[in-house]
Amino acid sequence: MNDNIMTLKYCVSPEDFTRAGEASSDTKNKLKKMGVPPEVVRKVSIALYEGEINMVIHANGGEITVDITPDKIIMILKDIGPGIKDINKAMQAGYSTAPDAIRALGFGAGMGLPNMKKFSDEMDIQTIIDVGTTVTMIVNL
Amino acid sequence: MLLKEVKELLNASVLTGEDHLERQTHSACGADLLSDVLVHVNNQSLLLTGLCNPQVMRTAEMLDIICVVMVRGKIPDENTLELAKERDICVLATNYTMFTASGILYSAGLRGGTGA
Repeated sequence: MNDNIMTLKYCVSPEDFTRAGEASSDTKNKLKKMGVPPEVVRKVSIALYEGEINMVIHANGGEITVDITPDKIIMILKDIGPGIKDINKAMQAGYSTAPDAIRALGFGAGMGLPNMKKFSDEMDIQTIIDVGTTVTMIVNL
Repeated sequence: MLLKEVKELLNASVLTGEDHLERQTHSACGADLLSDVLVHVNNQSLLLTGLCNPQVMRTAEMLDIICVVMVRGKIPDENTLELAKERDICVLATNYTMFTASGILYSAGLRGGTGA
């Protein structure tokens, strides 16, 4: 087990899509200030931003916890949304259940989960229909 | 390519970030789908888009995009520009379409990054 250097916690609001990304933005700034290598900051930023957008689009918001340890960054995104019906489909590039209003804003291309997997070193999804989804992503330092 | 060269080539106006025009972009991408932009990552790049909501600037921030060019004469709202200003992102506006603006920059030597 590693000692945590820092834990960041955010509440993701479901109400205002224009605010989606604030948690990712704050995490990015804090990691940069801590002197985390730019490539790691980039991977965390993109993976977390995609996840945060997903929480707003699909899950009525939720909670994000970012644990910074000496050798990895662990992101836990927990929501009490509808759950993911078919994870295999959701992981397919191009598959999307996002509504038209979200597509009009430039999202919903079906790249969210594939991109989160691409930019994290480990990703785990626990989902229960009508209970919620917890996505854990790890980026190694 | 310097951002001031981009501005001149596209006959663009500067909506915010006048003091960033001496910065250099090494690559560019053009998209109205932010999800696609997030797949293609490059350092110090430029984004051409017709989207003008705040998420464009958030996406730019996550990818360290230094300049967003609004094509087809689009002008984003004040909140979006304020977000760009806070994040040190230069925002230009051109009347050219995405295709023409991209072609002009490509002809002048600017290229897409890896995978773009």
